[in-house]
Amino acid sequence: MTTTYETFLDYANRADPYPLFPQLRRTPVARQPDGSYVVSTYREIVALLHDPRVSSDLRNLPEIANIRIAPDDAAPQLPPEFIRRDPPDHDRLRAMVMKHFGPPGAPGRVAGMESRMREIITELIDGLAGRSRIDVVDDFAYPLPVTVICEMLGVPRPDEPLFHKWSQIAVETNDPTTGTIVERNRRRFETLAKLGQYLDGLADAHQREPGDDLLSALVTDGEMARPDVLSTAALLLIAGHETTVNLIANGMLTLLRHPHVLERLRQDPGYAVNVVEELLRYEPPIHMPGPRRTALADIEIAGTTIPQGSVIVLVLASGNRDPARFADPDRFDPDRRDNQHLGFGGGIHYCFGAPLARLETRLALTELTRRLVEPRLVADPPPYRHTPNLRGPLHLLLDIDGIRSAHSASTQ
Amino acid sequence: MRVVVDLTKCQGYGQCVFAAPDVFRMPHHETLMYELDPDETKRDQVLRAAAACPVRALLLDEEITERQEKASAGNPDIGRIVIVGASLAGLRAAATLRREGYAGALTLIGDEPGEPYDRPPLSKQVLSGQIAAADTMLPRRDELDAEWIRGVAAVGLDLAARQVRLADGRAVGYDRLLIATGVRARPWPDPQEAALDGVSVLRSRQDAAELRRRLASGPRVLVIGGGFTGSEIASVCRELDLPVTVAERGPAPLVGALGGVVGRIAADMQRENGVDLRCGVTVTALEGDRDGRLRRARLSDGSVLDVDLAVAALGAVRNVEWLDGSGLAAGAWGVGCDAGCRAFDVNGIVCDDVFVAGDVARFPHPVYGYQFLTLEHWGNAVSQAHVAAHNMISPSGRLRPHLSLPVFWSAQFGVNIKSVGVPTFADEVAIVQGSVEERRFVAVYGHRGRITAAVTFDEAMWLDFYRDLIERAAPFPPDFAMVGRSAPPRAVPAEIPARIPAIHDATVVVTGHNPDERRATLVSAGAK
Repeated sequence: MTTTYETFLDYANRADPYPLFPQLRRTPVARQPDGSYVVSTYREIVALLHDPRVSSDLRNLPEIANIRIAPDDAAPQLPPEFIRRDPPDHDRLRAMVMKHFGPPGAPGRVAGMESRMREIITELIDGLAGRSRIDVVDDFAYPLPVTVICEMLGVPRPDEPLFHKWSQIAVETNDPTTGTIVERNRRRFETLAKLGQYLDGLADAHQREPGDDLLSALVTDGEMARPDVLSTAALLLIAGHETTVNLIANGMLTLLRHPHVLERLRQDPGYAVNVVEELLRYEPPIHMPGPRRTALADIEIAGTTIPQGSVIVLVLASGNRDPARFADPDRFDPDRRDNQHLGFGGGIHYCFGAPLARLETRLALTELTRRLVEPRLVADPPPYRHTPNLRGPLHLLLDIDGIRSAHSASTQ
Repeated sequence: MRVVVDLTKCQGYGQCVFAAPDVFRMPHHETLMYELDPDETKRDQVLRAAAACPVRALLLDEEITERQEKASAGNPDIGRIVIVGASLAGLRAAATLRREGYAGALTLIGDEPGEPYDRPPLSKQVLSGQIAAADTMLPRRDELDAEWIRGVAAVGLDLAARQVRLADGRAVGYDRLLIATGVRARPWPDPQEAALDGVSVLRSRQDAAELRRRLASGPRVLVIGGGFTGSEIASVCRELDLPVTVAERGPAPLVGALGGVVGRIAADMQRENGVDLRCGVTVTALEGDRDGRLRRARLSDGSVLDVDLAVAALGAVRNVEWLDGSGLAAGAWGVGCDAGCRAFDVNGIVCDDVFVAGDVARFPHPVYGYQFLTLEHWGNAVSQAHVAAHNMISPSGRLRPHLSLPVFWSAQFGVNIKSVGVPTFADEVAIVQGSVEERRFVAVYGHRGRITAAVTFDEAMWLDFYRDLIERAAPFPPDFAMVGRSAPPRAVPAEIPARIPAIHDATVVVTGHNPDERRATLVSAGAK
């Protein structure tokens, strides 16, 4: 018998998984045939995000701890990234990167990127002039975050075709439908090793000639061992351009499905702040975090005991639609109060890049809404990417009647 | 515009700093410092910060309280509600009353002039000079549609006539009364010494402004008392690179609230940060010069300190004198009430029309063996005010108990200390996560084999997990495997000092012989 969770994983339900969530939530903590536990209700997800008995370090599973990629492989295996580590290592590594990205060391860094982001956005939209059909994903939602993360990290933008391939493979290894957890992790290790080798060359170059990018900062401040620098850079590079693309594309799709919200945003760019938060609840870019968690001890929750050693899957997107937490949860309502969504997770692994994603998406949706003339969906639903974890359109085709000038007033 | 952060909710995600780096600062791991009254040019930043907070802890002034149309409004017997005490608890109670649909007359009486302000920043951002004492006003709730009587103290209560008497001779009638008069700083006990120029306390906005002015002149500082307020003052002094001595009667700072084990860690933190910490001593005399300026302090160990500024951080005195002779069970211990916030009269019987909330309330907490607690916490003022206000306009069948676990925080020496539960209700304590050496850890307190409290140093994200364990009466010590734990936790005596509750100061006589004549009379309500 197929469980609701397995049905949810089925690509056939990718375009609209939401009708499955009420059924999923009927068993808040549901054991799956493979022995993992799927958690789908808001309260239980929040509790487990803050439960120190839940580990994010897959090395707790012996079959994964023992994976060694071929020793004669030219690319050495990378240590787990900080999102796949537990305290104290997690806290130490995350703080070393945060030092160059946010408070306390660099509190204004992300806010300071706004004007550069605006430039990139303006260029991308200017480039659509003369077109009557555009792909929001390929023409905008993908190149924007890629350019931003490349510049921030210090990765040459022209290398994108190279690392994009590795990044896609790495993302796919989070997809439970693409093999056993051991097979997928072996593939991930192999792919990350190649990405790490590429980044190692860059790190050498940045060490010789540091720029004001994150990779330069990490190699020159000397706090972090090189293998951890490479894991961290790989993580930020992948996360930086496989997630925000979904948020922007999901956002444009949702706005077009709710024309009154789109119109209000066009009239009032300040509304974008609330629109982005509601998007993170209603159409989050990550439906369930890729790094699986494991129980270090028996955990009693919602009348179920998750036995020690079990894999735990938190379906954040389902928690975001839990009627026990959100009134009228299937309604897209940027005016919603008390929107304490799970779009970026919670607890010590709360999305590292959240401030960047918020800023990029706010500016992106404001500008797209302002400048696209009469945008219309070509296909609804659009085709979706395969993975259920990082859910978003593969393409989002729009017909438009033109592009407004970058300098035109925001209201029509 | 005005903003206040509910730091009981804050878990240190720092998203407000990213969104509004000109308004919010997180100078260390977790401590959040911010402007409470940023100028209008920062409005958009602040709105973005409020939206980005993962725990929705930012409260802004433009948030209109939405009235529940349904609710409990329809009690025609309640036409006049009076709230005595117009600080955090009073203000929050007023907002709850309106939100729950109360449409009648509402009067707030406060003895301080000016609008209600937030006190926690006074010993932090204000003392360090980051914001002015005047810029600490709580977000506006203009839509409260209330009558404000400011700068006039309530001086008496007539339960039978349902009237509050004011210092200016007026009497204000009520159908329901909320007592939220809070506490004041316990003054230095010798009035002549207390009057010396350079001897002060810290409780009000005026105190903070005055203390800030003195700190700016670079004095040698003595802090008398190593509780939370005293420790925060010492922390700011070190931040300003001022020489500071802390004289603590007990064996370590914070020992009265957190016990000896965690207190010793706090002591180490103080010394590492350059505080001249002296424990197990009292200040026996403060001496001035001919002009009445403080010059030196004598300690019980015989030592003499040359100081320019002495801050008495000796705890609080409850503002209950105005209730003398009122017939309520009010005294040095506070105003007794039930878990529904209804005040006790001197006979120990609850009143249906008088309620209590905030620092002045003394209420039984079921989780702690129904012991009566008084809590001087921001979070308790908010949650208890909410319960009191709800119960004031609800029929007796729909009363809510005040059951929320106490939560408080303190920012000192770069560390954010948070606590849930009642750490003094404990016999043992164990460090269960993190590292004491790194000053990032979780300490769990137990009483007779169950968890009763948890204290985090820069580990606020785990606090709610322990709150749930306390609410489930989970066994102590927690012996399951956890992240961030190097060795199995070892439970040691928590070293909670014995305290004589203020209630022992009450003297009650019983008069009358027949059952319908027997009455209690409160003869002495304790030392003032």
